[in-house]
Amino acid sequence: MEIFTQQLINGLVLGSIYALVALGYTMVYGILELINFAHGEVTMIGAMVALTVIGALVGLNPELPGLIVVLGGVLVAIPACMALGFAIEKVAYRPLRHAPRLAPLITAIGMSIILQNAAMLIWGRQYVSFPPLLPQERHEILGAHITDLQIFIVVLSFAIMGGLWLLVERTRLGRAMRATAQSKEVAQLMGVNVDRIISATFIIGSALAAIAGVMVSAYYGLAHYYMGFMLGLKAFSAAVLGGIGNIAGAMLGGLLLGVIEALGAGYIGDITGGFLGSHYQDVFAFFVLIGVLVFRPSGLLGERVANRA
Amino acid sequence: MGARVNAVPARTSPARANLRLARFSRSREGRNPRNGFREALYVINALIFRAFRRTPVNSFKWLASAILLGVLAAGCGQKAEEGSTIRIGSVSPLTGPQTHIGKDNENGARLAVDEINAQGLVLGGKPVKLELIGEDDQAEPKTATIVADKLLDAGVVAVIGHLNSGTTIPASKRYHDAGIPQISPSATAVAYTAQGFRNAFRVMANDAQQGKALGQFAVGKLGARKVAIIDDRTAYGQGLADEFEKAAREAGAEVVAREFTNDKATDFSAILTSIKGKSADLVFYGGMDPQGGPMAQQMKRLGLNARLLGGDGLQNANFLKLAGADGEGVVASSPGLPLEGMPGGSAFKAKFEAKYGPIQLYAPYAYDAVYILVEAMKRADSAEPAKVVAALPQTDYQGVTGPLKFDEKGDTVGGAVTMYEVKNGAWTVLETVK
Repeated sequence: MEIFTQQLINGLVLGSIYALVALGYTMVYGILELINFAHGEVTMIGAMVALTVIGALVGLNPELPGLIVVLGGVLVAIPACMALGFAIEKVAYRPLRHAPRLAPLITAIGMSIILQNAAMLIWGRQYVSFPPLLPQERHEILGAHITDLQIFIVVLSFAIMGGLWLLVERTRLGRAMRATAQSKEVAQLMGVNVDRIISATFIIGSALAAIAGVMVSAYYGLAHYYMGFMLGLKAFSAAVLGGIGNIAGAMLGGLLLGVIEALGAGYIGDITGGFLGSHYQDVFAFFVLIGVLVFRPSGLLGERVANRA
Repeated sequence: MGARVNAVPARTSPARANLRLARFSRSREGRNPRNGFREALYVINALIFRAFRRTPVNSFKWLASAILLGVLAAGCGQKAEEGSTIRIGSVSPLTGPQTHIGKDNENGARLAVDEINAQGLVLGGKPVKLELIGEDDQAEPKTATIVADKLLDAGVVAVIGHLNSGTTIPASKRYHDAGIPQISPSATAVAYTAQGFRNAFRVMANDAQQGKALGQFAVGKLGARKVAIIDDRTAYGQGLADEFEKAAREAGAEVVAREFTNDKATDFSAILTSIKGKSADLVFYGGMDPQGGPMAQQMKRLGLNARLLGGDGLQNANFLKLAGADGEGVVASSPGLPLEGMPGGSAFKAKFEAKYGPIQLYAPYAYDAVYILVEAMKRADSAEPAKVVAALPQTDYQGVTGPLKFDEKGDTVGGAVTMYEVKNGAWTVLETVK
């Protein structure tokens, strides 16, 4: 039983990180009907920038409390990623706003490759370690273990998701975003500055990605120029699972995918009698993706895309 | 050579030509005093140039003849040289990220060559000199075979190298076809000596020996009863884990889980949780430090009170950085003895560092490899590759790195493997297993 609880906790922590990244995919898709494949790389850049700042702060004053150092890293990483998100949209997507849908998809992939290689040139190929600054005190819940950091990750993710929910549902900007998602032309006629709304969407998504990047690197203790690739694909699967374009769906999809992955990887060996092993961990996300696309293309909470067009 | 002559005006005074001829032969003289025949060829060659220069001729014609004669001279020179200088190749990466380790290997071999030359080596009743030709394989399998061909063209009688398993294996085919002995100071992949090449040897314990030592150590010294094994599915990680599993089972441990991951993964919580459910008391990881570090952290996070054990992929400084405080108590092995523990370690260190600076890694192995080769030449009383290959299996040498003997495959018999444990954030020697 405690093993099951433990896997559930593992999945929940993983899932709340996926959810944060998935929000970036889903918001951009909701407004532009474009999959921003460079989003995973924004997450990676966030982690790398934060680690650089953290390293510099520790180098300057090793006496600083760990939380403040990490906060300093996050506070630099967020605006850096916001600027990056804004620039990506401006360079790779805005010139292709009226081009066939395949074109921005290709620039998205190109952007992701460029960012990966830029990160490799700046930070090198090796793994960068996250210094042990955050409290890792272990607690026991129903025989399973959870650390302070894990609790913090889950709580912060939920708080951010709640905040985003409020932003989208209760503010002027949120209303403009929803209007733009409904119909760019009509929103424009109603006096919404569509370009600015699209930029804002990218900026908000990138800020979430920066936070998720720091979370991932703190959780695993390392960062790497390649880390955004798999994370991005999984978050994309999570967004599709929840219904791409739907914000609540991305949150649900992220959490579900994390739990599916943890339980799947934890039990597949026992279920198949050792025929399949936990090295299939990364495969579950894609099984889920294919399953959703076959049986419920609009995702769990998504509306039918066909009706909207 | 042709270009140099070509630059001179076609008509020069005989006096000036004579002067140049004298300078020409003198510059060659310093190099090879014993080689009369080669010297004579250069003189003849130069005389012909002079004769050509007297008469205005088609410049292409004499350029061609100059090249032809030059080649002839070089070819004859090499043939005539055989009794006196023996060329040995040394291959390691001399450019790229592994440069420091590669240069270290070459310096180790060079130190041995210089010592042997200083002592004087006599083969077949004639004094001979060794010449070490250092080549760069860039740690690239493709470059390795090109460099191998280059060395064979240069007429080497043996090769010390290469450094990496990935380069040693493709290059070994070339050396095997040419029939010259190859001794790798540092390639550990089992596949190298498993090809059935009679000319391939190594002076370091291979991955199978390491896996076996780890398995026995885990059960015998760490008291493991229920072991879980994870590997990264690379040739190295999987091979090591398989050997470990075999040895651990033989020693009486129960393998409760055999899990895999990949060499890019960072999340092992699912695997480790299911291992925890099987109450393993030891987790063996066959792979490298980028996975081993986070794995150590995640084990602590999950409250998995099992010891983490690994091979030389973990036994490095980067692992300590990635694992942080959670790395305490992790045990990992590395082939060979620690330098301080080698029979000739401190003496070698003093000699080496006086000449080349600090030892990086495998220099003592390259040094021993040259000595083993020369011992075999002495036994064969010849530098002829076939005879040296035949003499190498009888090696019984007390080297800097320890006693060295070969089994029928060319692996070292009883190659040492040293166990290290992380104590206070540093790798400390536990013991050496033979």
